[in-house]
Amino acid sequence: MSVKTVAYTGNEAVAQAMKQIHPDVVAAYPITPQTEIVQIFSTFVADGLVDTEFVTVESEHSAMSATVGAAAAGARAMTCTSSQGLALMYEVVYIAASLRLPIVMPVVNRALSGPINIHCDHSDSMGARDSGWIQLFSENAQEAYDNVLQAVRIAEHKDVLLPVMVMMDGFIISHALENVTFLDDETVRRFIGEYRPDYYLLNPDHPITVGAFDLFDYYFEHKRQQVEAMRMAKPVILEVGQEYGRLSGRSYGLFEGYRLEDAELAIVVLGSTAGTAKAVVDGLRREGVKAGLLKLRVFRPFPREELAQALRHVRALAVLDRSDSFGVVGGPLFAEVRAALYDLPERIPTVNYIYGLGGRDIDLEMIGRVYADLAEIARTGRPRELVTYLGVRE
Amino acid sequence: MSASKESAGPQPKEYQGKIQPGWREIPRGGMILQAGNAREFETGDWRVTRPVWIPENCIQCLFCWIYCPDAAVLLEDGKVIGFDYAHCKGCGICAHECPGKRGAKAIKMVAESEAEEASQA
Repeated sequence: MSVKTVAYTGNEAVAQAMKQIHPDVVAAYPITPQTEIVQIFSTFVADGLVDTEFVTVESEHSAMSATVGAAAAGARAMTCTSSQGLALMYEVVYIAASLRLPIVMPVVNRALSGPINIHCDHSDSMGARDSGWIQLFSENAQEAYDNVLQAVRIAEHKDVLLPVMVMMDGFIISHALENVTFLDDETVRRFIGEYRPDYYLLNPDHPITVGAFDLFDYYFEHKRQQVEAMRMAKPVILEVGQEYGRLSGRSYGLFEGYRLEDAELAIVVLGSTAGTAKAVVDGLRREGVKAGLLKLRVFRPFPREELAQALRHVRALAVLDRSDSFGVVGGPLFAEVRAALYDLPERIPTVNYIYGLGGRDIDLEMIGRVYADLAEIARTGRPRELVTYLGVRE
Repeated sequence: MSASKESAGPQPKEYQGKIQPGWREIPRGGMILQAGNAREFETGDWRVTRPVWIPENCIQCLFCWIYCPDAAVLLEDGKVIGFDYAHCKGCGICAHECPGKRGAKAIKMVAESEAEEASQA
């Protein structure tokens, strides 16, 4: 096996992963900041580097519909999108999950309109958090590449058979140039294996029906199956993450704890902000502050027990949300983390910071202020504010 | 409202008086693994008007058989012999397409209520 390190943007790295996966069908529509993925992949098709059937569609609703059709027919099918594109494919996003089609879809996170904005936040993928898709978040281009390859294995595992979204932060990851280490084509081919669906529409020896009307006498049972598939996904994600580690030297779990074992003050964060926060943690540690970090990789299925176990010793906790949920207390990540901590014998004071909406920068100084707040909360035992809007002008 | 004495935990496989398979026992995602099962779904009771065949006006052109969306025109040795009322939804396409003999239709649509009265008489 040979590895190759190249300076690539996140979009280039994901397009490279798609080339190596070599799907039977890709149906996609361009939307900033995801456009490059489709554009680069279409040049691979035009240059004959892949023999993927590339379907140019008129909208994201059609992109997901074509992907669902291809997957039901028995193809290994992919698409990718951002923001409004994900919103437009919404009804079919749910159908992909409920039909149990193992589609892999990179999602380049971008704020939802309005007002119209093209920059990063997580409101797009958070809107799809109850759609039944597995959701993996990436800190950088390397993780985006690694996650897309692993997503194929997770989605197609016989105990799972669910679609997987792989997130990376729009522009911050998608357009920034970073060193990315790639596996060679043959290693990827062996890792993902050949796709052999058990039931599919283009099998003349065993005709089946997909997408039939499902009434009150069966719909509930099919939803219960989806719950079980999500439950089964957790050990599969861990198993695939270990196997990928043996191949690449980069193992993956449900989340990454960074200087967390003995941390007293910790934050939970998704995506590229974890990289910035790690630098803050290192600085604080040099000053003798027991700061730590939990970077969540798997948002669905949400690793409730594991997360509570990893955080149970901290004295004050902040959850950073790059999207808000209007009319409730805090963002979606905050709600999940707080619910996960509810069953711990000791209550951990936990606060929420909404940050970075519409691509607003978050820097070392801002994250430093979060840790300063946590030190105060640890001292007094109670927070002053439950939800803080980090970086908004008053 | 009072609390039940029974637990809300795992429930028996009874639904509307019938034993039905549990969620572990059915194909995933609502797939139907048997082909040709439309026969088992009787749609005849959707009908408001029913086609009635008038053999003396029938020229056996088989237009009704070709056009029927529910394969509810019955043939024997390649000839129309009537309708499958268990599946016919009463759409009337057969009667519309029927050329009949010298302008007299071989299929007429009759209100289901009249057809029932006629059969009871």
